[in-house]
Amino acid sequence: MYRGQSGQWSWLLHRITGLGVLLFLLVHIVDITLIGFGPTIYNDAIVIFSTAIIRVISLALIASLLFHAFNGIRIILIDFWPAGYKYQQAMFYIVLAVTILLFIPTVFYIMAPVFGVCPQGSCANPAL
Amino acid sequence: MASNTTTTAPERTITKYGAYAKPSKGANGWETFSWYFFRISGVGLVFLALIHVFFVHISTDVSETVYGFVAARYANPFWRLYDLLLLTLALFHGLNGLRIACGDYIQSRGWRLTVSSALFFIAITFWLMGSLTIIMFQPNQTLAQSIMSFLGR
Repeated sequence: MYRGQSGQWSWLLHRITGLGVLLFLLVHIVDITLIGFGPTIYNDAIVIFSTAIIRVISLALIASLLFHAFNGIRIILIDFWPAGYKYQQAMFYIVLAVTILLFIPTVFYIMAPVFGVCPQGSCANPAL
Repeated sequence: MASNTTTTAPERTITKYGAYAKPSKGANGWETFSWYFFRISGVGLVFLALIHVFFVHISTDVSETVYGFVAARYANPFWRLYDLLLLTLALFHGLNGLRIACGDYIQSRGWRLTVSSALFFIAITFWLMGSLTIIMFQPNQTLAQSIMSFLGR
């Protein structure tokens, strides 16, 4: 391990975000499976995802997914592009920058309905 | 090389850039396959997962992704195929990652095998749940009804 260097942080972040996305994936498979029990059960269950607290948790999920995706590209580039190694640290900062850049508008889109604003055009009044 | 000891975890080198090094030649073929599978499925998942999240969960508010939304989307077989591919790659990419992560903290070979088997069982169970739903869903029928009518009962 290279304590305090970008390699250590990217390894740790890649692992934590990956496990977080996996945990959500398992939840998502269960909630999608509920659709096989009919509209009432499905619609009643997924209302949970519209609540403010779960919206905040979804933001953590989307941030994790963005970081994991872009850092994954960085790892693949270094693995298969011989010169990539030289730019590993620079690419780590690019990964963080792109993650944050795409995350900011996402916060608005996910959280606005809680405050009665529907940037997508329509949204049901979310439960609190 | 710890290839002959049965009680230690498979030797993995963490590179300076924070990824596992490719298993050396002559290493366990399964681990080499796993190393390539992460990268190949990863490239696919960058597109599949990000496009899915953007078009299904951001451009449509979560409060609108109700039963009718899914039914309209699944009227097009393309989205069923898309979701099936996403489900399969994401589930096996993720659970294989969990297998590697667990292996890093488990010293005993027997326990590693036990955990890997449990994760394999979880993979098959969740893959069956997800893929049956994606393939068999029919509007205004329960999954059980769709399966029964498919079987001609």
